[in-house]
Amino acid sequence: MDSSNIYKKSGFDFSNQIRNNFLAAKGVPVPKATSTGTTIVGCLFKDGIVLGADTRATAGEIIADKNCEKVVNPSCCGAGTAADTEFTTALISSNLELHSLSTGRKPRVVTAMTMLKQMLFQYQGHIGAALVLGGVDVTGPHLFTIHPHGSTDKLPYVTMGSGSLAAMAVFEAGWKAGMERQEAIDLVSAAISAGIFNDLGSGSNVDVCVITKERTDMLRNYIKPNERVTKERHYKFTRGTTAYQSENIRKYIVDESITYLTGSATTATTAEEAMDVS
Amino acid sequence: MSHYTRTQSQQHPTQRQFNPYTENGGTILAIAGADFSVIAGDTRQSEGYSIQTRYAPKVFKLTDKAVLAVNGFAADGNMFVKKVKQRLEWYRHAHSKDMPLRSIARLIQTMLYAQRFFPYYVYNILGGIEEDGTGAVYSFDPVGSYEREACRAAGSAQSLVQPFLDNQIYFKNQTPVLGTSHPTHLPLRHVVQLVIDSFTSATERHIEVGDGVELYIILARGRGTQGLDSFKDVQELTPHAEGERLFVLRRELKKD
Amino acid sequence: MDHFPTNWGKPRDEAVDVYSTYPLHSRPRNQVDTFAEGVQHTQQPIVTGTSVLAIKYKDGVMMAADTLASYGSLARFKDISRLHPVGDYTVIGAGGDMSDFQHIQGILDDLIVEEFNEADGNALGPSEIFEVMSQVMYARRSKFNPLWNSLLIGGFKDGKSFLAYVDLLGTTYQSPSIATGYGAYIAIPLLRKVVDGREKDVTEEQARHILEECMKVLYYRDARSLNKYQIAKITKDGIEITDGLSSKTEWAFAESIRGYGAQNQ
Repeated sequence: MDSSNIYKKSGFDFSNQIRNNFLAAKGVPVPKATSTGTTIVGCLFKDGIVLGADTRATAGEIIADKNCEKVVNPSCCGAGTAADTEFTTALISSNLELHSLSTGRKPRVVTAMTMLKQMLFQYQGHIGAALVLGGVDVTGPHLFTIHPHGSTDKLPYVTMGSGSLAAMAVFEAGWKAGMERQEAIDLVSAAISAGIFNDLGSGSNVDVCVITKERTDMLRNYIKPNERVTKERHYKFTRGTTAYQSENIRKYIVDESITYLTGSATTATTAEEAMDVS
Repeated sequence: MSHYTRTQSQQHPTQRQFNPYTENGGTILAIAGADFSVIAGDTRQSEGYSIQTRYAPKVFKLTDKAVLAVNGFAADGNMFVKKVKQRLEWYRHAHSKDMPLRSIARLIQTMLYAQRFFPYYVYNILGGIEEDGTGAVYSFDPVGSYEREACRAAGSAQSLVQPFLDNQIYFKNQTPVLGTSHPTHLPLRHVVQLVIDSFTSATERHIEVGDGVELYIILARGRGTQGLDSFKDVQELTPHAEGERLFVLRRELKKD
Repeated sequence: MDHFPTNWGKPRDEAVDVYSTYPLHSRPRNQVDTFAEGVQHTQQPIVTGTSVLAIKYKDGVMMAADTLASYGSLARFKDISRLHPVGDYTVIGAGGDMSDFQHIQGILDDLIVEEFNEADGNALGPSEIFEVMSQVMYARRSKFNPLWNSLLIGGFKDGKSFLAYVDLLGTTYQSPSIATGYGAYIAIPLLRKVVDGREKDVTEEQARHILEECMKVLYYRDARSLNKYQIAKITKDGIEITDGLSSKTEWAFAESIRGYGAQNQ
């Protein structure tokens, strides 16, 4: 380990920034982060909150992951740059745990929201995390959206990501105050489905998460409307298909010797034992 | 009048502001066999992250033995197909027969190159039967460079499909089992299966491919339908069995 | 309203000022001064209409559009009809630049008169009108002088429904449900759920209901929309275009919203 690291502050390391800017100016392309095209939503109901997400992750127009988890921790859905949402929520949930240990109280949703928005504002949008944060605490159920620049919204139903307009259309047409649990789950899955089928950035399955005062239910792959079809042919290569230029079979056991510790004891073992004791 | 006589300085802002092109996604693909040809395309038309329609054909019948697939900017594609069809009709009126496939290929080249400085933003793949009865595929770039090939994929999932075809049709990176060799032409059933699998796979991993796939199959004069019989939902487009025969096979693809 | 006369004629450009968040006096200038030259090609829309929605149903085609013509973010004209009948079988609906749309109306009205004067017993149906419009739009884009619209052409003739889209680039397509502008993002998911694969079963009542629902949702979410809209119906009985309708909207939930974060009061 490099000794200078001992004196380094915690947080992001910007030491490669000058080099990377130089390379970018030379025309070397900057590596692209995986961005989750995404439909994520949240919705208030009688006893709590339902969160929902699709499961497609894209890198440009290629589908990078067909069944990823965007309900990053049981109270928060992430859209935007995948790594940013994951690390931001991990960091905040860790800090939240410490906060709750030092205060001796259960953490509140507003606390998480405030910590997230302060961190994102500090980084002026460079952390591309777009979040739907929902939960139930001692003050009741709360639902927020948090944008990459640190602004927040507090509304009874929210959507984010490239499929947010499709999902919001379903909410605007179907949401009502004080819904039952199943009604809310159905509405959330309809909103996610609208994103899956009408927005190219969203696809595959519906994940749902129901948060009430008592418990949190993670309904992973609640609906799977896009199963992979069976192929017309089998693509198994016959033995010997892969070409090779040379063949070299090596024996990995080069030398073998057996040392007996008991029974036919040698003078060497007793000498070592004697050294150990001294 | 007006804009043709405009000065350079007046034209300048117009050129800067308005982009006359867009990209409408999708993928096309064609494979030539010994005495048949298969040309296919998905049916989704999109712009950005929106699906405009789940059914917009990209593959068009030109004659009984020539089928053209177009991919890229849909408005250019439709206009180009319209103009090719018009030229083929004029040819029919002048010569009372259909234009041979290799001549259609050359015609398409000249028509594309005529627009060299305001190109049709379209990748063309022409498939059909040559006059000698062999299956043929011609592929073009937007300004008319073309060549005859055994198989070609184009469009947004080209980078996914073409390597698969190289491996399965040209047997790239596959050494034959000792004492055997790879076939030069695959049977029809095998080819149709490869085409369908190409599209279901592209649908899995490319956001702009999906909704449906349309396969056109052209059989050489006198060739039976062997290899096609195992596919139900095949529909014949030619009215009589003498001469080249044209079939279409439609399949649904995932819609997410 | 922009109270700075020097800004007039330069509507807010969403490319640089997406949310209208700049103070008026320091508003970023648009890249081109639209009126600087005497005659020039349309290179950005000025007075604009927003979404048009249309669906096929059992008896024909139904289309909806609000009556607002905006000038940038200003709701400039609140009683402009964006649904226009063409002949006896077709309705054309337009989003985008309203002066270009009025020019198109002129072209089509002339076309109908010309066709009538032939007196050959033929009349132009929706597919013919669509063919004309797609050629006109593509030709204009190819001259770098586009008509800045997205058009829906719907109709019913000889027992067949017809619905198609064409825009400033000449891009065309047909579908059982189509929407332009924000409608493509907001209304289409709702319309497809009801209409796709069921266009032969959807009744007039269901069709009207889903269009009204979509116009309401668009009014909630599209900041350039108006709660005053027309619905056109094209069936075997001809064309029917309603007067200005409006949806019953619901804002009571706003009472319970407190702030955007930690606020309680």
